[in-house]
Amino acid sequence: MTTAATTTVDAKPAKPATMAQALGRALRDAMAEDPSVHVMGEDVGALGGVFRVTDGLVKEFGEDRVTDTPLAEAGILGTAVGMAMYGLRPVVEMQFDAFAYPAFEQLISHVARMRNRTRGAMPMPMVIRVPYGGGIGGVEHHSDSSEAYYMATPGLHVVTPATVEDAYGLMRAAIASDDPVVFLEPKRLYWSKAAWSPEAPAAVEPIGRAVVRRSGRSATLITYGPSLPVCMEAAEAAEAEGWDLEVVDLRSLVPFDDETVAASVRRTGRAVVVHESTGFGGPGGEIAARVTERCFHHLEAPVLRVAGFDIPYPPPMLERHHLPGVDRVLDAVARLQWEAGS
Amino acid sequence: MKKSTMTVRPVEPAQDLPGAAAYRPVPPPAWKPRTDPAPLLPDSEPHRVLGTAAAARLDAGLMRRLYAELVRGRRYNTQATALTKQGRLAVYPSSTGQEACEVAAALVLEERDWLFPSYRDTLAAVVRGLDPVQALTLLRGDWHTGYDPREHRIAPLCTPLATQLPHAVGLAHAARLKGDDVVALAMVGDGGTSEGDFHEALNFAAVWRAPVVFLVQNNGFAISVPLAKQTAAPSLAHKAVGYGMPGRLVDGNDAAAVHEVLAEAVARARRGGGPTLVEAVTYRMDAHTNADDATRYRGDAEVEAWRAHDPVQLMERELTERGMLDEDGVREAREAAETMAAELRERMNADPVLDPMDLFAHVYAEKTAHLREQEALLRAELDAEDER
Repeated sequence: MTTAATTTVDAKPAKPATMAQALGRALRDAMAEDPSVHVMGEDVGALGGVFRVTDGLVKEFGEDRVTDTPLAEAGILGTAVGMAMYGLRPVVEMQFDAFAYPAFEQLISHVARMRNRTRGAMPMPMVIRVPYGGGIGGVEHHSDSSEAYYMATPGLHVVTPATVEDAYGLMRAAIASDDPVVFLEPKRLYWSKAAWSPEAPAAVEPIGRAVVRRSGRSATLITYGPSLPVCMEAAEAAEAEGWDLEVVDLRSLVPFDDETVAASVRRTGRAVVVHESTGFGGPGGEIAARVTERCFHHLEAPVLRVAGFDIPYPPPMLERHHLPGVDRVLDAVARLQWEAGS
Repeated sequence: MKKSTMTVRPVEPAQDLPGAAAYRPVPPPAWKPRTDPAPLLPDSEPHRVLGTAAAARLDAGLMRRLYAELVRGRRYNTQATALTKQGRLAVYPSSTGQEACEVAAALVLEERDWLFPSYRDTLAAVVRGLDPVQALTLLRGDWHTGYDPREHRIAPLCTPLATQLPHAVGLAHAARLKGDDVVALAMVGDGGTSEGDFHEALNFAAVWRAPVVFLVQNNGFAISVPLAKQTAAPSLAHKAVGYGMPGRLVDGNDAAAVHEVLAEAVARARRGGGPTLVEAVTYRMDAHTNADDATRYRGDAEVEAWRAHDPVQLMERELTERGMLDEDGVREAREAAETMAAELRERMNADPVLDPMDLFAHVYAEKTAHLREQEALLRAELDAEDER
């Protein structure tokens, strides 16, 4: 498990906070600053959400701003569209990745298109929070990586934090954005902790910038969200093999930070994309194509992908075979044609 | 923390409905239905005003206004249909025969209220005051929405059926939370009531007691599929009862009746009494669109029977018989309609000005680097075209 406290120098002694707490803090701070921010979804009130991200918000802001809705995802997102039309900034919780699918029509046909449809007259400033990914022992429909669906829809921003600090900073930026943001929260990192002080929250993190989490010279691991800790661990393990791996955390899938990614791959000459989502038609194909288009003459080997298998998400007792782990990442690194290169 | 300065508008104490907290599971045999459904049940037959004793108390000013708009609306429909034949509109879903609903829905709203039309409801938008050319932009195809929804308080014409209904609920709810006494009126057809969004919108509206009115124009067909294949409900208005809101059934060709029923529903919504579902029984005299062939699924006899119950004629006859309209009045209304049609024809005969670079202008608040690259590509293609 990685920690985020790499850049912030905090005068106060930082105490550990979880990603779930950082997300909740971001919601709270945004609501306190801006009365147009409303939180809505299933169980977000008294329960604080099934992952406790909205814990305490209803007590502080009341039911008119923190609303337990009827159990209907299309209705939740559809009414949020109307609220945004009237000038509110809804933050919508979809309880689990696979439960967001009923809301796809509203998302694709309205949320993503309303600004364009009206020539900018009616923007859709809203955040759609989607807990996503596996590794928590969830039974069927609780572990999907649905990012490719969102990435394929023009008009949406798609972001995903991998660290506690980014959870706060990206959420603040998402709420402040005048465009709809699909905010993918890696479920298995909800309880990850970092020495991050809620009393001195990190700055708002601009959407659309990747970050180099680990510098290296041999090859670049391009990853995001739940796969970042896997890649960091793989990079540590790779040292024993003599590989000095760079790790890029995308943070934002849309917009995509071609600049940071291409700069890294031009330095290292080799790249592996790592994510949980299925490989075929998944984000990795797009990323590999973009890297190849921009870095072809710097590449020593084809860009490889390490992804979830192209299967429906497995039952929990088998999911460890599906999820890209350290060994699978290292195997891919080993296949980067080292004998042919420098 | 900073408290919101908004004053949430109150809802009426729901006398017929115990509060949500009171409605919790109780073990049998103590369980009882939450409320008596009888007050929510729709009229046993469509409510009518024209041709009944009730017409005696009609407001002459309002009736003349309804009549003038009905005449203009009919002419608008024939003109727009003609424009499809001249290639000036890509498609036109006509509301011929349904003008009473379109006109009443628009006139019943205050300036500050919001209208949520479907693609068949450009007429309602025009009656509300929207420039017909702007209303028809979607159907001409030079852009999607041709007007600023916030300026006119008319939501974009909605194509995916019933998906605009939750928007209306959310907007009405937001207005109430902000302390504004704004009502949203959402329009949908009989086919749209089968969509999941219809159900979810009505449920959210009732739970939130949102100030919204749902107007279902039951015109008999969803393209070719008759109502009997759409629902087994006693009537579409009966669906209201299951959500805990009142249902009303009205003759959708009787503009006075539709106006009356909608006005009551709007007034209830405005005072915090929650939503209403109104089913207006009407008939789509034209095919679904100019691209449809209605002779494949319905007979002339049925259409002719409805022609005898024409909304424009019903109103004209009533007003004439009551001495509220004379030949001059009829001629005036028709001339005004002809003037509108001539102007619309002339303006629609001008080619719209298109800028292909608009394709990238409004996808996001700020263009992504990715879109800037594609914009440059298109720009280069256009420049090359210019040089040829």
